[in-house]
Order: sequence, then C-alpha cells, then structure tokens
Amino acid sequence: MKSLLCQGLTVLTLLVFAAHAETERLTIYTYSSFVSDWGPGPTIKQMFEDDCDCKLEFVALEDGAALLSRLQLEGRYSKADIVLGLDSNLTVAAKRTGLLAQHGLNISKLGLSIHWEDDTFLPFDYGYFAFVYDSETLKNAPTSLKALVQNTTGPRLIIQDPRTSTPGLGLLLWVRSVFEDKASDAWSQLAPRILTVTKGWSEAYGLFLNGEAPLVLSYTTSPAYHRHVEGTDRYRAAAFSDGHYAQIEVAAKLAHSPHQELADRFLKFMLSTEFQDVIPTTNWMFPVGATSQPLPEAFTGLVQPTQTLLLDPELVENQRHEWIKEWLEALSE
Amino acid sequence: MARSSKRIRPGFGEIIRVCWPGIVSSLFLILIIGGTFSALLSTSSSTKIIDDFGNSTYLRKVLVFTLWQAGLSTLISVGIGVLVARAFARQQSLTGRRLILQLLGLPIVTPVIVAVLGITAVYGQSGILRENLQLLGFSWPGNFYGLPGILVAHVFFNLPLSIRMLLPAWDRIPSENWRLAAHLGMNSRQLFLWLEWPALTSVLAGTAGIVFLLCFSSFAVVLVLGGGPSTTTIEVAIYQALRFDFDPSRAASLAIVQLTICTIVILSLHRWMRVQPISSGLATTSRYRPDEKLWKYRCLDFFLIALTTSFVALPLLAIVYAGITGPLTHVLLDSRLWAAAGRSAGIALAAATTALTLAMGLLFTSRVLLFQFRNRSSSSALQILGSITFAVPPMVIGTGLFIILLPMGVVFDAAVLVIILVNAILVLPYIMRTVGPALLDAGHRYDRLCHQLDLKGWNRLRFVEWPVIRQPLGFSMALCATLSIGDMGVAALFDTSGVITLPVLLYHRFGAYRFDEAAVTALVLIILCALVFLIVDRGIGKWRS
Repeated sequence: MKSLLCQGLTVLTLLVFAAHAETERLTIYTYSSFVSDWGPGPTIKQMFEDDCDCKLEFVALEDGAALLSRLQLEGRYSKADIVLGLDSNLTVAAKRTGLLAQHGLNISKLGLSIHWEDDTFLPFDYGYFAFVYDSETLKNAPTSLKALVQNTTGPRLIIQDPRTSTPGLGLLLWVRSVFEDKASDAWSQLAPRILTVTKGWSEAYGLFLNGEAPLVLSYTTSPAYHRHVEGTDRYRAAAFSDGHYAQIEVAAKLAHSPHQELADRFLKFMLSTEFQDVIPTTNWMFPVGATSQPLPEAFTGLVQPTQTLLLDPELVENQRHEWIKEWLEALSE
Repeated sequence: MARSSKRIRPGFGEIIRVCWPGIVSSLFLILIIGGTFSALLSTSSSTKIIDDFGNSTYLRKVLVFTLWQAGLSTLISVGIGVLVARAFARQQSLTGRRLILQLLGLPIVTPVIVAVLGITAVYGQSGILRENLQLLGFSWPGNFYGLPGILVAHVFFNLPLSIRMLLPAWDRIPSENWRLAAHLGMNSRQLFLWLEWPALTSVLAGTAGIVFLLCFSSFAVVLVLGGGPSTTTIEVAIYQALRFDFDPSRAASLAIVQLTICTIVILSLHRWMRVQPISSGLATTSRYRPDEKLWKYRCLDFFLIALTTSFVALPLLAIVYAGITGPLTHVLLDSRLWAAAGRSAGIALAAATTALTLAMGLLFTSRVLLFQFRNRSSSSALQILGSITFAVPPMVIGTGLFIILLPMGVVFDAAVLVIILVNAILVLPYIMRTVGPALLDAGHRYDRLCHQLDLKGWNRLRFVEWPVIRQPLGFSMALCATLSIGDMGVAALFDTSGVITLPVLLYHRFGAYRFDEAAVTALVLIILCALVFLIVDRGIGKWRS
C-alpha cells in the first residue's frame, strides 16, 4: 500500500515536472494600455498561445517612458524576453543599455510609409502626431504648425511633458523639425496659449474631452476611435501643411533571454496578418504589415500627412537634453 | 510613594526589555528609508546635487516654488479654517451641523486623481463655475492651470482637514470662562482674543505643520493642475528624474533636500506644538456664548459655512453626476471592477494594519522613554521619526526597494508586499499624530496609578489605554486605509497588469479613450473609500471592550 502510494507520488511528480518543462514562458514588457482589456494584448496572447504551446506573460508598465527606465533599472537581471512599445525616439537610449539583440529579419517589405531600417528594433505599428480639435468649439482649426505657433490670438491647447511622455517628446521633435534653430523662439511664442502641460497622454486627452481647451496633442488616428466606437465626427485632427511628426512603435528581444527561439517566433508573429489585424481598433494606430481586410471605415478620411517628419534617433538621443533644456527655459518664463 | 523626578539611567538589558517595540519599529523605518536612499544613490558614483542647486536656476526655481505654493496653501487653508471652525463652534444648534461636518470629511478621504476630475469640472478653464460667472457678466481671463489650480485643489483637501483639526480646540475652553465672559460683557472680538485664541494656538501649529508638509510634497495635484514646468514641485522633479532621464541618484538627492526641509519644519514646530488629535468635533457641551444669538454673527457664520460647504460639495457632486450619467450598468456589471475593488480594499487594510503596528511600537516606547526613563529627547526622536515619513517620496522608496530586491529575483512576487509597505510608511504620520496625544494623555493620567496597582501588559492595554485610544485609533486607521485605496504611484511602478487595483483600472480606461467608463469607476472608487472609512472608523471606534 505504502509503496503504491510512493510510486503514485513519483509518477505524479514526474508528470508535473514534464508538464512544467513543456510550457515555455515568454515574458514581454510593454505599456499598460497595450495589455488592458481594451488593448490588443488579450487577443494577441490568446492567438500566440494557441499556436506556440507556450505561456505568454505580459508585464505592463505605465507607458513607453517607464518601459525604457525599467530596462535601464533592471539591466542583466531583467526577466524580459522581449520589450514591446518603445518608440523610435527612444531606440538609441535603449540600445545603449547593451541588453538588446538583433532581430535578424528582413523588414524591407513592410508597409510602413516611413523609411525604417534597424537591425535591432522591429516596428509593429505607427502613427502621426496631430492636434485634435473639437469641431463644435473650434471652427477654424490651424492649418500648419507655423500658423498654430504664430497666431498669437489662436486657441488654447493642451500638450504633454517631453520629460515624462512619448507624445510630449514627439511634439518637442516636431517643433524642432519645423522650426530648426528657431525652435526655442517658437516655444516662447506658443507658451502663453498652452493651457497646461500634463505628464501623459491620458490626462491631456481627458481634460480636452471635458472641454478645458479646444486643441490637444494626440494622433491623426484619434478621430477613428470616436467614429468607430462612439459614432461621432465631432473630434477631428487638424491637417498641417508643414508636416506631421511620426511615431513608430517598436519591439526588440533581449540578448540574455533564455528563450531566443520563442522570442524570434514572437517577433515574426508580430508582422503576421493576424497580429496586424488586431492593431487598428485596439491600439488605434496604423498596422505596419498587411491586414486581411482593408482598415475599418472609421479610418478612411483620416488626415494623410503631406509630409512625414522623423528625426534620426541618434540625433534625438544626443540632442534631447539640450532641446529639453531649451523647452524648459521657454516655458518657465 | 513619590518617584524620583531624576533622570533614570537604566541598564542596557533593561532598555532592550522595555523598549524593544520602538527599537524594532525605528530600526525597520531607518533601514527601509536609509537603504532605499542609498540604493538609489549607489547607481551613480558622484552626487552632484549641491552643484545642481548652485548652478541650475531651474532647480532653484523649483525649490522656491515648492516653498511658495506650500506656504500660500497653508496660509489660506488654515486661515479660512480658523474662521469657519469658529463659525461651527458658535453655531452649535445649527440644523444639519453634524451632517455638514461629516460631508466636510469627504475630501480628506477622496483619492487625489478623482478629486482633480471634479475640481476641473467645476473650477476649471471651462468649468461650471466659470461658465456661470460668464453668463452673469463676470469674466476672469486668467489661466486656471498653474498656481490658481494648485491652490484651489490644496484648499479643497486641506480646508476641511484644518476645520476638523481646529474645531476640538473650542471644546477645551471651560464653560466657566464663557460664563465669566458673559458677565464681563465681552464682545465677539474680545471673546476671540481672550478665550478662543489662547485655546487655538496649541492646535494651530500642529495643523499648519501637517498642511504644510502635505502641500510641500504634493504630487498628483501639481502634475495635473500645475500647468507646466514653471510650477514644478520637488516631488514632481523627483518623478521626472525617474522617467526619460532615468537618474536615480539625482532623484535620491532631491528627496534628501525635501526630507531635510521637512525635518527642519517639523523640528521647529515640535518645539511649540502640542500634538493634537484630529477628532470629529461633534461633542456638544452645553455652554453659553454671549455672541451666539446675535443675528449679525449668525448671518456671517451661515454665510461662511454655506460657502465652505458648496466649495467642497460642488466638485464631489460633479464626480457623482459624471458617474451616474456614464455607462453605469456596463461598468458595474463588469466583474473586473469588483475584483479590483476587492484588491484595493485588501491592500488598503493591510497597509493600515502595518502602519498601526509600526506606530504602536514607536508610540508605546516613546511613552516609556518619557515616563519611565525621563528621556525627553529620545522620546521626541521616535515621535519625529514616525511623523517625517510624509516627506519621503513613495517613488523613491518604491524604486529603491526595487533595486534592492532585483538581484534576489523576487521583485515580481514581492510587488504586493512592496505596495503595502510603501503605503504603510506614507500614512504612518496620521496614526502617530492622532493616537500619540491620546496615549500620552492616558500616560499622564494613569501611569502612576497603574504602577501602584501593578497593572501592566495586556490588562493595562485593555482597561486603561484601549478606552482612551479607541476613537482616534479608529479614525486614523480609517484615514490610512482610504488613502491607500486611492494610491496609484506605487502600484504603477511595478506591473500594472499584475496588481490591478481600482486606480490602475481607472488609468487603463483613461489610456483606452474610455473616459466615460472612467467616470463611473471614479464614482465607485469614491464610494469604496467612504465605505471603508465608515466601516473601519465605526468598527474600531465603537468597539465594546
């Protein structure tokens, strides 16, 4: 009887171990809106797990900025296999941690309308920054960044802080791209009309929807959400003739990850039709790869930038401090 | 048998035997705070904060602004607080007085992120108030975001707190004094000068101190209503240092500056501060105020009370309105909401209990040091240690613990524990300030008697201390629990998918454009806070022993 019990236990233990060894676990660090119940995370986890016979675990951090600082904080102790959700402006800083490995994929055939070449970071979606306005309170939306800055009687706007948020940093670079050396003057000119500078996108957009200001820094795709989910055309993006700054969201695998094969598999999966299908109506960004069907109707008629702006990530990393200092000085007068 | 008033020099073993709770609590606090600070500092070899403050006009501006807004907020909150508390004290028989005082307790327990939504809806750039004023022909061209927004929010939180801390001072004025004053025919001004002001001064310093510290280390309010880089506080600068710049040693240095300033403030207040309990001030002792029935003062008091009540109630009503007009059933039927609410309540109760344990260790030992060993300075040191944690930035402790736990590979498993611990440290001062005085009071009154009767240990706690500290204990535990429910900062530092508390869920909805659903979540959050407050406050406060 006793030995039977012993044998039973041994078999059971072996089974548990076998089951445990079989399911590999892939850990992905990303930002919280990606994995929230409304984001692409849950669907993507399901699809990948159905196929890979593994467990996919998301670790959700506040946003892209938190993602980078977590990577810097954890260093070689990081249990991440993949980091997903950095934007193109942060790639150089992320690369300097020395933690990331090359993806080894050919990305020349991506449907990205912006030139992107990088052996470490693989894009999974992209979008353009834009000022979104409330068409009920603002009849004459600005038609260019120059017009927005120079019209001293223009509408008030809400922006994000470039020290804490990726859209905020995006705007800093947008102003840089358009005004170049005169960026500091542009900020001084704009400053009196900036209602408030928030720490992230959510706070800014929330205040905007409450009617605090008629203009907010967001994305060209924001109106698609309101159309698709709320069925309203009230919120629109202002088309700027001097261009829109692009945001490319990227992922990379960690060099010390013990699950290299699985990580590679996920990166490849990221560019697949199934993955890309999920992106538009959950992350409210444009897919970088082919989707099985054309984009939902809400996406037609969105602002198409006549000029796409994107500064070299290397330049951004080297100049960021200087430019933020300029911004600080212009706005704290 | 009178005991010698000489300072007693006990042996080492004796100290350990009697003072171990305080030693354990204080070592724990010092280890956590010191450890996390040095963990952050160790991430870079040189600390250049002195240089930073010397050279950077920006940092100097930040420091000046932090002091300026905290000073102004304190002046307004406590200044108006005195006037309104006096109105409440004078109008003892006002209908609904009790209810109004309870309503004024709500901002104290409202999570900052929720309150800010209500405040902008009412007082914001296109808020209800401004629009109505415009309809009436008044226009105020200035920007709400910036100093005005920060002040409005700080007064929203701290005016009710001041009123509730100041009001008990009136109960301490003996009724003979009132009678005497009536005989002498004192007018209202003389009453204030000769009766009320002397009673007030003892609580005023303590109240101003707490309000100043809360405003000095204000974070969420400044981030949303601050308007931009010209209105940054040190706490916000610490947060920024931990973002793109990712410079933990800079964050730690800034935190040290903040801690130093706050310690100086606490120390200087401690010299003439008799720490006072924050009680509800509902006691109505019969007394005759000569100026109570004068209609001139009645009108003034009603006006003050009505104004304060509407100032506080409007933002709360805005939150309720946004909540009930939102997709109510859709959000309420979502099981994730209730799971998050349960998680929040669990974390909050655990944090409050942890804070209580730490506080009791410090308080009992502080009292033993004072009464048994006559060592006033060590006794005060323990009190100050427990009160200073207001000024320790949660981001710094959180990040520091993260750095320490990382090489051990337990960061993710320990996330909930860290959240509880950081919250416990943050709310500790409330218990110290509320239960501390009551405990001292019991000591003053019964210490000798207990020694004579040889009453000690569990029995003394049960029969002597418990009846005295029960009420302040219930109140401060309730306060701690509610404040922990609303906490977002620490939870976000770890993994927001691992520990989805109610505030995290609120942010997830924000992040997914679901602002209408977020409004409902905010309403649930505020109701949860009020419920937990009531249950803990009544549960402990009214316990029969």
